Amino acid sequence: MSATPRTLYDKIWDEHVVRDSGDGACLIYIDRHLVHEVTSPQAFDGLRLNGRKPWSIAANLAVADHNVPTTDRAGGITDPISRTQVDALDSNCAEFGITEFRMNDRRQGIVHVIGPEQGATLPGMTVVCGDSHTSTHGAFGALAFGIGTSEVEHVLATQTLVAKKSRTLRIVVRGQVGPGVTAKDIVLAIIGRIGTAGGTGYAIEFAGEAIAALSMEGRMTVCNMAIEGGARAGLIAVDQTTIDYCKGRPYAPKGETWDRAVAHWRTLHSDDGAVFDSEVVIDAQSIQPQVTWGTSPEMVLPVTASVPDPASVGDAVKRSGMEKALAYMGLQPNQPIESIAIDKVFIGSCTNSRIEDLRAAASVVRGKRKAANVKLALVVPGSGLVKAQAESEGLDRIFTDAGFEWREPGCSMCLAMNADRLEPGERCASTSNRNFEGRQGQGGRTHLVSPAMAAAAGIAGHFVDVRSFV
Amino acid sequence: MRAFTTLTAKVAPLDRPNVDTDAIIPKQYLKSIKRTGFGQFLFDDWRYLDAGDLDIPVASRRPNPDFVLNQPAYRDAQILLSRENFGCGSSREHAVWALDDFGFRAVIASSFADIFYNNSFKTGFLPVALTADVIETLFRELAANPGYTLTIDLPAQRVITPGGLAHAFDIDAFRKDCLIRGLDEIGLTLQHADAIRAYEARRREQAPWLFTNPV
Ligand code: SF4
Repeated sequence: MSATPRTLYDKIWDEHVVRDSGDGACLIYIDRHLVHEVTSPQAFDGLRLNGRKPWSIAANLAVADHNVPTTDRAGGITDPISRTQVDALDSNCAEFGITEFRMNDRRQGIVHVIGPEQGATLPGMTVVCGDSHTSTHGAFGALAFGIGTSEVEHVLATQTLVAKKSRTLRIVVRGQVGPGVTAKDIVLAIIGRIGTAGGTGYAIEFAGEAIAALSMEGRMTVCNMAIEGGARAGLIAVDQTTIDYCKGRPYAPKGETWDRAVAHWRTLHSDDGAVFDSEVVIDAQSIQPQVTWGTSPEMVLPVTASVPDPASVGDAVKRSGMEKALAYMGLQPNQPIESIAIDKVFIGSCTNSRIEDLRAAASVVRGKRKAANVKLALVVPGSGLVKAQAESEGLDRIFTDAGFEWREPGCSMCLAMNADRLEPGERCASTSNRNFEGRQGQGGRTHLVSPAMAAAAGIAGHFVDVRSFV
Repeated sequence: MRAFTTLTAKVAPLDRPNVDTDAIIPKQYLKSIKRTGFGQFLFDDWRYLDAGDLDIPVASRRPNPDFVLNQPAYRDAQILLSRENFGCGSSREHAVWALDDFGFRAVIASSFADIFYNNSFKTGFLPVALTADVIETLFRELAANPGYTLTIDLPAQRVITPGGLAHAFDIDAFRKDCLIRGLDEIGLTLQHADAIRAYEARRREQAPWLFTNPV
C-alpha cells in the first residue's frame, strides 16, 4: 500500500498496468471492450488478415446502434450501405464468438446506454470502445475512453493498449443547482468555462456536492460530454448511488463476489490530499439552463442571454471563428436566445436518452401540443429496455398525445447516419452532444440543450426558459 | 505500418481553429467497411457545393472553387497547416485515413485533440504541434510565397522553413520509434503475451468479478 494520497485516476491506472516500459508508455489491461458497427469492420479485417483471434472473447460486447432505423424494423434496414455495415458486425461477431445484441433484440440500444444498463460497465474497470463518447462510463468510477479503429484491433488481439498516463484535472461543482437546472446544463456550463480544448491531455474528475447529488443517469450525461471539453476520460467517484445502480444487473457479480467487489469499489475515490495537475471550481448556483448558439459546444450561453457580438471580440482568430459560426447558424449578433425559433426537436442520444431524461421531457410536454412551426419532434429512447420502461410508465402516450414521435432505440438524429436528419437550414433543439457543422445533416443547425429545455422549445416553437415555462 | 522519416513537401493552409472530425470526413462515408478510398470525400461539406454520399460519383458533383484544396496550387500539398484543437470530435480513424488517402502525410497545428493525435500514428501519419506564434508566422510566409514548402525532419524533431529556420517539436519516444521504423504495434505487444497472461492470472484472484459474464 502506498502512503501517498492518490487520485481516483491514479488508483485505476495503477491497477491496470501490465508493463511499464519506463519511457512513459505503459501497456494497460482493458477489462471491457464495447463494439459497434461503424468503427469495427476494418479491425476485424485486420485480425483476419494477420491470422489473429480475439484475446478474450468474454471481454467484448457488441451492438449495432449508429445505422439502425428508428422506425418499424420488421422489414430490416432499407439503405443498402447501412445494411452492409450492420451485416458485417453480425457476421464478425458470429465468426469470432462475440456476444452481440442484434437489431431486434430488446436489449439493443446505444452502446453507451446498454453497457451500464447490463452491468457490463462496473466501477474500477478499464472500458474502451471505438467511440469518443466512451467517456460516459466514467460515471461509474471506471477509466473509460474512446479509441480509433487500429486500437480496436489492438484491444481485440491483445486485451491491452499502449497508453501514456494523462494529467489530472478536478472540476468541482460546489453547492446545489437551482430548480430546472440539470446535469446537461452543468456540463455545458463547464465546457463554456474551460473550452473545447480545456481538457486536452487530461482525465477529468468531476466532484463537488452538485455532482454527488446527481443520479447515475445525470452522472453519465456529465461524463459523456467530457470529450466535448477535450478530455478523453471523465470520472466520478464511486458512492452508494453507484453501487445501488449496479446491483442485480445481468453482468454484475452476485453473492459473495458481489460483497468482495463492493468492498473494493468503496475505495474508488480520490484520497484526501491527492494532488491534481489542475483544478477548476464552479459555483452550482451560478449555472442556468444552457443553450449553444454556435458550431462548437463551447459556444454556449444561459437561455436568458443574447447571441454574442463578434465585433466585441479583440482576438482575430476567435472573432473570425464566431463570425463563421453565426453565418452558418443563421443568427444575428445580440439576438435574444429566447427569440430563436426552431424547426425540429431531437430528444435522444447517448447524452440524454435514459429513463430519467425521458421523464424530464415528458413532464414538460404533458397535456400540451407541439407548436405549429415545429415540423418534427423525435423522441428516441436509448435502448429497448429504456423504451419498455418508459412505455410501462405511459411516457410514450404523453409524447404522442403532444404530437411528438416515439421511436425505436439508436443513435438516430444525433449524427444522422440513418434516415433521421436535418435538411439544409433547419434548426433543431437537440439533447445530443455535438453542434458541429453538418452533424445532424448537411446544412443543419443544432442547438444543444437539456431534455426539459428541448421539450419546452418543442411546445413553444422557440427556446424558452424551462424554469418559467408553465 | 508505413514509416515516416523526413519529408519536404508543399503546404496547404486550412486557416481555422477546431477543425472537427465531422468536417474532415462526414458521417455518411463512415458506412464504408473499407480502410481506403476516403480521400475523395475529405472535407466534403467544404469542398463540394452539393451533398454527397458513398454511392454518388464524385465526378458528378460540383466542387466549391473557393475551398483551398480545390485550388490547383495546393492539390499536391502533402502537409496541412491549421490552428488549435485540430481533429476534435469523434474517435473516427477515418479522419486520418481520409487525410492520408488524399495525399497528406502530416498536419502542423498549434494543438490536437487527443484521440485524433493518437490515431494518426497508426497510419504512419504525423501530427506536429508548434506554438501558436510559430503557426501564425508559417501562415504569413505561406500566404506570401506561392509553392511554399516545409521540411519535417522526424529523427531530429524539427520543422525547417525554406529560409532555414528550424522549429523543434515534441513527440514521445515510443511513437517516434514506431513511426521511423514502421513497426506493427500489435506484433510488438504480443511479444509481451506472457506478461499479459500473468497479469490476468493475478487479476482473476484479486478481482474475480471482472471475469464473470452471464452465460
Ligand atoms: S448517440 Fe451520438 S454521440 Fe452517442 S454514440 Fe451514437 S452517434 Fe455517437
